[in-house]
Amino acid sequence: MSLAKITQVKAPALAVPGDDIDTDRIIPARFLRCVTFEGLGEHAFRDERTGPDGQDRPHPLNSEQAAQIAKDKKGVMVVGFNFGCGSSREHAPQSLWRFGFTALVGGSFAEIFFGNSTALGVPCVTLSKDDLAELNLFVQKNPGTEVAIDLEKMNVSAGDKTWKASIPASARESLISGKWDPIADLLEGSSAIEKTAQSLAYVAK
Amino acid sequence: MAKTLFQKVWEAHTVRQLPNGQTQLFIGTHLIHEVTSPQAFGMLRDLGLKVKYPHRTFATVDHIVPTNELKEPYSDPIAQEMIEALRKNTKDYGIRFFDTSTGMQGIVHMVGPEQGITQPGTTIACGDSHTATHGAFGAIAFGIGTTQVRDVLATQTLSLSPLKVRRIEVNGKLRPGVYAKDVILHIIRDLGVNGGIGFAYEYAGSTFDNFSLEERMTVCNMSIEGGARCGYVNPDEKTFEYIKGRPHAPKAADWDAAVVRWKSFASDPDCKYDDIKVYRAEDIRPTVTWGITPGQAIFIDEKMPALELLNAADRATAEDAYKHMKLSPSTPIKGTKVDVAFLGSCTNGRISDLREVAKYLKGHKVSPTVKAIVVPGSQLTAIQAVKEGLDKVFIDAGFEWRGAGCSMCLAMNPDKLVGDQLCASSSNRNFKGRQGSQTGRTVLMSPLMVAAAAITGQVSDAREIFKV
Ligand code: SF4
Repeated sequence: MSLAKITQVKAPALAVPGDDIDTDRIIPARFLRCVTFEGLGEHAFRDERTGPDGQDRPHPLNSEQAAQIAKDKKGVMVVGFNFGCGSSREHAPQSLWRFGFTALVGGSFAEIFFGNSTALGVPCVTLSKDDLAELNLFVQKNPGTEVAIDLEKMNVSAGDKTWKASIPASARESLISGKWDPIADLLEGSSAIEKTAQSLAYVAK
Repeated sequence: MAKTLFQKVWEAHTVRQLPNGQTQLFIGTHLIHEVTSPQAFGMLRDLGLKVKYPHRTFATVDHIVPTNELKEPYSDPIAQEMIEALRKNTKDYGIRFFDTSTGMQGIVHMVGPEQGITQPGTTIACGDSHTATHGAFGAIAFGIGTTQVRDVLATQTLSLSPLKVRRIEVNGKLRPGVYAKDVILHIIRDLGVNGGIGFAYEYAGSTFDNFSLEERMTVCNMSIEGGARCGYVNPDEKTFEYIKGRPHAPKAADWDAAVVRWKSFASDPDCKYDDIKVYRAEDIRPTVTWGITPGQAIFIDEKMPALELLNAADRATAEDAYKHMKLSPSTPIKGTKVDVAFLGSCTNGRISDLREVAKYLKGHKVSPTVKAIVVPGSQLTAIQAVKEGLDKVFIDAGFEWRGAGCSMCLAMNPDKLVGDQLCASSSNRNFKGRQGSQTGRTVLMSPLMVAAAAITGQVSDAREIFKV
C-alpha cells in the first residue's frame, strides 16, 4: 500500500476557538447512527452551527472561508487546548477531514483523537501557548490566508511569521515516510505476532 | 528492576519495534460494539483481509439498543441496520456475539467482566473510550479508533507508544454517603480534564484495597474524563474471587496457574512512578458537576466557583458552562431544579449500584415533576436485580424500569433529554448535547444522589434526604 508522504500542508486557515472541545461537539452522537463514514463532513459541529430552531448560528464553520475550505477540500483548523477529548469516535476526525480540513494546529490534542487523525493522514501539530495566540490573532485578522505546516522543519508559518511546532516523533515519522496508515507494517510482523500469541497463556488456546 | 503493572503487561505483549519508533503491541482481548466496528469491517473487506484471531474478539450491542422496546425491527431503521450489520459481521468472521437474545447482552464494559473475559495482566482494546473500565482487574485496557479496530481485527496488534504511569493513592475510609463516583469526580476536579494526557493512572491505597471490583470499575471507567487513556488497579484476592467460576475464567488446573501469573503482574512495591498523587478519603464529600466538562465539579455543599477566582485558561470554558447550564457563579448548586433522573451507564449501572439505591429508596416517591429511569447496564444485571426484587422497589418509588443498554448516557437511542431539561445523571459525561438535546443539561453524580434528586426534584444532598 503506498500512501502519500505528508511533509507539508499549506492551506487556508480557520480558527475554531475554545478549550476542551469534545468529540460529541465535533460530531453529535445521532450522526453515529451509520455503518459508513460517508456524509459526516457536512455535520461537523452541527449543533454548534445550527440552533434548536434550525437556524444557522454564528460559528466559524458557517463562514465564507469555511465554505471555500469545504469546496477545495483544503484547510487548516486552528484550535485550542485538549481538542478532541471525550469519546473515541473516529467519526470526529472523519467529519473534519471530510469537511475539508487536512491538518490541525492547536495547543494540545486528546490522545485518541490525535491517533485517529494521524491514521487518516491528518497531522495535528501543537504550538506553545503564546505562539498559538499569535497565530490565532493572525488568522482572525487575515481570514482565509494560507498557513503552512512543515513537518520536516517542524514549524508553522503564516504571513512573514514562523513558529516552532511539535508533534510526537512517531507520528511525524509515519506522516513524512508515507506510512501513516500502520496496517502494512503491522501485517509484516506476522510471525512475530504468532510468537507473542503463543507466549500468552490466555491467548494460546 | 522493579516495574509497574503497566510496564510488565506492556513487555509481555510487545511484538516488536516498528520503523516509526512505536511498539507493535499484542492485544489479547478485543471487544467490539455496533457503533465503531461496521466501518472497520468495511475496511477489512476493502483490503481483502481476514480476522487473525476470531476467538479473541467479543461483540455486544449497547449504544443503539432501545431500552423500552424489546421487539425487532426497532422503530429506528438505522438502529436496526446497525444491529444487523454486527450480526452479519460477527457471523461472517466467526466472532462470538452476545446478542440481545442471549440473555448476556449489555454495555460492552459490563459484559467483559461478567463473562470472565476481562482478566489481570492482559491487554484489552475496544473502539470505545471507556475501555479503561476493565483496568479494575489489573488489565491494560484502552479505547481505540475505528481504523485501529481494523488493525486489531486484521493483526491482533496495534502501533502504540508506551504511557507514563501516575500513581493515584487514596487512603482511609470514605464517609457515609460518599462513593467511588465521588472519588473519581474529585480526582478529575483536582487533576483536570487533561491532566492525564500521556499517562496511565494506577489507582491504589487502602480505599482502593477496600473497594469491591464494581467500585474499582466505576473509578477506572472515568479515567478518560481525566485525560488518561488507561487506568488500572493492581489485582488482588478480590479480583480473583470476582473472576472465579465465570464462563471464560480459567478452569480446574489452569486456575491456579492463572492466579500465580496474575499476581506476578502487580506493580512491584519499590517500582518507580512518573508521578504520585495522594488523597485522603475522609476529605471527599458527595461531588456533582456544575458545568460542561467532568472537571467542573464541586462538593454538594459548596457554591459554584466565582469566575474571577478561576485561572484565565479555565474562565472561558466556565463562562460558556454557566451560560449553557443556566446557572450562576457563587451560588449553591443544591436546590437546582431537576427534570430527569437517569440511573445507569457503564459507570454506575451495575448490580451494586442498584442494590445501594434500593436500600434507601423504600418508602420514598419520585417527585411528580421528574421523569426517572433506571437502566441496568446488562441483561445479567437486570435478571439478578429482578431476582432480588429490586425492580419492584424502583417501580414502587416511581422509576421506570428499563432493559439493558447505554440509554440516556448518550443520544443514540430513544432515551433523550428534551429542550433544556436538566438531568441528574449517574453517567460519565456532561458535555453539551451529550444526552440528546442540544440545550439539554447534565449534572453528574453518584447513583444515590440521582435518587435523592429524583425524589426532591432538585439537586440534593443524599445524606440529608436518606439520613445516611
Ligand atoms: S454507557 Fe455511556 S459511556 Fe458507557 S459505553 Fe455506553 S455510551 Fe459509552
